[in-house]
Amino acid sequence: MRDFVYPVFSILWKDVLLETRSKDIIVSVLVFALLVIVVFNFAVSPTPQTVTIVAPGVLWIAITFGGVLGLNRSFALEKDGGNIHGLMTAPVGRDVIFFGKMLGNFLFMVVVEALIFPVFAVMYNFSLLMPGLIPIALLATLALATVGTVFSAMAVNTRSREVMLPVLFFPVVVPAIIAAVEASASVLQGDASFTRWLPFLAVFDAIFLVVAPVAFQFVIEE
Amino acid sequence: MAEGDLQGLAIKVNGLRKAYGRTQVLRGLDLEVPWGKVMTILGPNGSGKTTLIKTLAALIRPDDGTIQVAGADIRRRGNRARRIIGLVTHDALLYDELTGYENLKFYARMFRLESVERHIESVADRMGMTARLHQRVGTLSHGMKKRFSIARALLHDPLILIMDEPESGLDQDALALLEDVILDKTDPYRTVLMTTHNLDRGIALSDRMAIISRGVISYEGAADSVSAEDLKKRYFEYAGVSAGDTQ
Repeated sequence: MRDFVYPVFSILWKDVLLETRSKDIIVSVLVFALLVIVVFNFAVSPTPQTVTIVAPGVLWIAITFGGVLGLNRSFALEKDGGNIHGLMTAPVGRDVIFFGKMLGNFLFMVVVEALIFPVFAVMYNFSLLMPGLIPIALLATLALATVGTVFSAMAVNTRSREVMLPVLFFPVVVPAIIAAVEASASVLQGDASFTRWLPFLAVFDAIFLVVAPVAFQFVIEE
Repeated sequence: MAEGDLQGLAIKVNGLRKAYGRTQVLRGLDLEVPWGKVMTILGPNGSGKTTLIKTLAALIRPDDGTIQVAGADIRRRGNRARRIIGLVTHDALLYDELTGYENLKFYARMFRLESVERHIESVADRMGMTARLHQRVGTLSHGMKKRFSIARALLHDPLILIMDEPESGLDQDALALLEDVILDKTDPYRTVLMTTHNLDRGIALSDRMAIISRGVISYEGAADSVSAEDLKKRYFEYAGVSAGDTQ
């Protein structure tokens, strides 16, 4: 187990260190997500009657579209200097590389979500304290990071990787995004029924946490 | 490493095939590298040298054929093979935003090395990079990056060193350090497989020479059994290149 966990966290440590130096991923995702929230606020002009219908969709559009930017950057970083080959020379399974990269993507997306939520709450007039959103955000973000890590590794080898990633990624994560939007809408309406979406997201995560590492080893070897 | 693993060959390749789309790069290549030897592979551009190196390091998946490293199939026991292989490629395999020290520390962690600091200091000293350890790799020249790249490959003291044109971009001082690395016989089982375009250097450093052309090994023999002139003739004959393509 230590042989698995230690290199996974070494990759995570390396990605965090790189991000603290370059700030490429968090800044670009954060700016994009904030822009989406602001633009939608002006475009839709939500009223007290419509805000709980519109706001959850806006929040998850901001998170998923912003997340795609970060996912693209995550593997571009490995591809550019041939660094992915450096990772592949280490005596660890390809699944270790997958989980290391996936945890980095997950962490960066959670940080961005934590930063954009206060802005979202202020602009759409919600309470800052909505603990119900935490499990939804964690489970849905885990889904996005798990699926996104495989597809970003795949897309980075294509010429039009910025286009290819969303084309591959969104059809697969649509169920998780729908569940996240519905659950978030329940939370924003003060409805406790959001918990019925959590098992769905958990099962989605469980399936892809098994399937994605297997697919990943075929993706990274040319 | 078990003593039994050191019997036989360091690297054994059988019928290796690899195509990129319709382009066949390796066409049933066979190769044997004994323990403790330095083997240089010569070949013109596009002959399959880099593809062979990447396949041996399990970076790319062959279409057909088998590769055994220390007697074990690398597809089945890849981690074991990677633990004893040090790889130098055209790319530095280093993160520009990190310092040389941070890069080496990261790889030391990935190889689960004990006494990380000692390993880092040792390889940095060996490649003459101690003074640059805390400089960001992105700010280094190509040659300096290459030195760190070689240091990275030596970090876990690999028994088998696989290098793709390791001399490219190195100055005379670094070339001398590289020669020391290649000719290091501290461990009698230390094996080096490298590619180069420099015939004279290849002959000077190697125990065995091979020429790859059109995806197969077309010549292989002891380096001291052939003169530089004779090898050049064979090179042009097998590889079908003009004298201007090599040094």
